[in-house]
Amino acid sequence: MRVVVLVKQVPSEDVGLSFAPDLTVDRGGLPGVLSAGDRIAVDQGLRLAVRVRDVQITAVTMGPLSAREALRTALLLGADNAVHILDEALHGSDALATSLVLAAAAARLEFDLVLCGSASADSGMSAVPAMVAERLAVPGLHFADELLVRERKVEIHRDDGHGDLRVLVADLPAVVSITERCGEPRYPRYVSRVDAREKLISTWSLGTLSIDPAQVGRRGAACVVDAVTPHRPARPRALVEGDPTSTAVRLADFLAEREFL
Amino acid sequence: MRQVLVLAEGTTGTRRATCALLTVARRLGAPAVVLGGPADPAGTALLGRFGAKTIYPMPAPGPGGQSAAARVEMLVELARRTSPAAILIASGRDGLEIAGRVGVRLDSGVLSDVVDVLDGPVAVQSVRGGSYLVRSRVVRGVPVLAVRTEHITVVPDPATPAVRQVRVAFPAGVYAVRTVRPRTGRTSASPELSTAAVVVTGGRGVGSRAAFDLVNRLAEALGGAAGGSHTATELGWCPRKALVDQVGTIVHPSLYLALGVSGSQRHCAGMRGAATIVAIDSDPAAPIFRLSDLGVVGDVHQVVPELLAEIERRRAQPVISTRTVTEA
Repeated sequence: MRVVVLVKQVPSEDVGLSFAPDLTVDRGGLPGVLSAGDRIAVDQGLRLAVRVRDVQITAVTMGPLSAREALRTALLLGADNAVHILDEALHGSDALATSLVLAAAAARLEFDLVLCGSASADSGMSAVPAMVAERLAVPGLHFADELLVRERKVEIHRDDGHGDLRVLVADLPAVVSITERCGEPRYPRYVSRVDAREKLISTWSLGTLSIDPAQVGRRGAACVVDAVTPHRPARPRALVEGDPTSTAVRLADFLAEREFL
Repeated sequence: MRQVLVLAEGTTGTRRATCALLTVARRLGAPAVVLGGPADPAGTALLGRFGAKTIYPMPAPGPGGQSAAARVEMLVELARRTSPAAILIASGRDGLEIAGRVGVRLDSGVLSDVVDVLDGPVAVQSVRGGSYLVRSRVVRGVPVLAVRTEHITVVPDPATPAVRQVRVAFPAGVYAVRTVRPRTGRTSASPELSTAAVVVTGGRGVGSRAAFDLVNRLAEALGGAAGGSHTATELGWCPRKALVDQVGTIVHPSLYLALGVSGSQRHCAGMRGAATIVAIDSDPAAPIFRLSDLGVVGDVHQVVPELLAEIERRRAQPVISTRTVTEA
């Protein structure tokens, strides 16, 4: 089974982040890491190996030269090879353009299963897995809290964010995005750490994927940013004090507002 | 005035999220609600109170409102027919999926994490955990906005909605993802801690093994899993496998409730990934309050029984859910 894992490099911490004059996030010089969700996606790919035959895992990322570090981490965690989509024209791509490039790469690699983490660690890209599924015209299963892959079908467990649990099934090939609830990735064995140095990272450009540079990057963006203003962090929020009854009512209101009741 | 398509949450749309979407949709044009199921009189009345001008129910022999693919087809079809000013979707797990797919189908820009919508439409997005506010516009296609509705204050504005039946030809691809019945025993009364959507934990502030029953009862009332901090498990108030911290289970629930947990480093490392964090503790300087979306300073033994009673009251009288909508 050919598994394509879409990974992404995110800043390792929030401090010191800035915006470039063109209002894209300036990541220059900041340490980047493989996003938490994608680490788990690679690990879930590995876990398939006990259930299905001949699992071959390819990690794919799109981004600047430094994004290669994310691929190295993915190889270290157990991916078999990696593809880095590197092109000057990709700078400032929005979610639609990102999904176009990633879908083209997955199609070129040929896949039975596309895995990726649900982006919660970064902004603006949370709809990308759904877009990739739509572009590839295969079933998409998103926000999987539990993943079970068989030879011909894939099953996920998920809640809708308000505690309503469902089990969804689709035939392969399919695109699955998973949440961090799937479980922490296992620590890589020494052998796989050594092996990772020998694994191949291919570099593809937009030409390789036959994508017109005008469709991606800032020129092809369907959304534009007008302004960025710093904001006080969302947390800490309200502290409620008072007698138990009124605070309990306030608490219940809060839970009802977020639809947990 | 141009239409604004609003995707209803659930099958009938009588949830707070839908009312919040209608509130912002009125700023952009005439709101039209797309339902995931048939229209019912109570739902229609509620949607009308929040300004819905048109209601499009799901065609009767359709694939059902639970299917995201069916709602994508409905939105795409209606967007092609009516060329709306925007499409507004509540940013849940279903919502983000639907927004992404509609965006690809219509080749339209998608903006997620929207916390406010201004005329234009200009979307205000909250990025990097709320540390920046970004104003963005969609310049290609019909703007698709995934709105985080908990940031919107709901305001009613009565209108009389017209229910319009639409014909949508659902392609076979709509049935590609099937919902199956969970195997028995999997979704029992208490879900597993690591995959639970709601987690309630107790810490030293709970005080005793007997009082720890409060944690279990609250978890049960919210359909979640009960856990304990390092202290609670060490003292034997709850089983060791229910430990939530760096070396125990690391949880990523949608809702995390901490009862009498001060918020030590090791505990925070295990629950930082929760979407919504609520803490109840008697010490206003407890570090857990730095992480929490809502902090309650009070005695767990007094607040939690009141909360359980309040939850029971609201469950017994579902009408109240609409009342809180109008008050908000």
